[in-house]
Amino acid sequence: MSRIGVVVFPGSNCEYDAAAAVEQLGDRAEFVWHTRTDLEGLDGVILPGGFAHGDYLRPGALARFSPVMAAVERFAQGGGSVLGICNGFQVLVEAGLLAGALQKNRGLTFLCQPTTLVVSSTSSILTRGATLGQELVVPINHFSGSYTCSDETYNELNRNGQIVLRYLENPNGSRNDIAAVANRLGNVVGLMPHPERAMSTLLGSADGRVLMESFLGLTGAPSFLAH
Amino acid sequence: MNYFVIVDVTLRRGIADPEGATIERALPALGFTGVTNVHAGKAFRFDVEAESEGAALEKATSLAQRLLSNPVIEDASARLGER
Repeated sequence: MSRIGVVVFPGSNCEYDAAAAVEQLGDRAEFVWHTRTDLEGLDGVILPGGFAHGDYLRPGALARFSPVMAAVERFAQGGGSVLGICNGFQVLVEAGLLAGALQKNRGLTFLCQPTTLVVSSTSSILTRGATLGQELVVPINHFSGSYTCSDETYNELNRNGQIVLRYLENPNGSRNDIAAVANRLGNVVGLMPHPERAMSTLLGSADGRVLMESFLGLTGAPSFLAH
Repeated sequence: MNYFVIVDVTLRRGIADPEGATIERALPALGFTGVTNVHAGKAFRFDVEAESEGAALEKATSLAQRLLSNPVIEDASARLGER
């Protein structure tokens, strides 16, 4: 059984959803307050959605200076699995653990709707158990989810298989329909959609399961780091 | 000595600016014609304790790049202001 740390910043609000998804799949979730500075004994870390530090300045701008982030960085450098969902994705790009930036949505509207995602790389902890081209219905819930990066960064991400999910129909103006990106190694992934809220057909979709199962190492190649 | 500093944060050239575009589209409806190239940004104002104007600006520029702006998509510039 894996032990997954779910980081809680002041203003996080999806930590219970993330923990519930982990426990639904048989692993153990524990909350990690943002002032904690060690992540000893954890098998993975989730940065959940919400409005860390009120999203003041820019989403993730202040959260990246929370004490826990230095520990998350060390954890990632050591090859640990780190998943940033929505606001957690924004924190990871601000912290420089993932490339690019997230801007206000095209159209300046808060979006809360199901989206169809297409798996565009299986070389990541989030998508290792999915199949290339697989379509997954997962909800989004954000105002600043338009992924942006330079041409140079885009080409590099694309070449290395670091763009792991794309929107079938672009809801927010994200560059080249990008919904999720990974770091070079594939052990750090951020996405704007909420796989932890797509865990049951009763609640609209269970397509998030394959992503959460991948993250927990329950499915997919244990070593996807072949590339 | 305290220096009053203003930091302007603007989106870098080529980065989509939906806020600026929306403002620009709204202006003709209010009768303001001939206004183009509208860009939205942020301004921060604060006092910096430093030995000289140059040192104050250097400190402000440094904190603007580290915290007030996201260098991936934004430029930040610091200037001395008057109260």
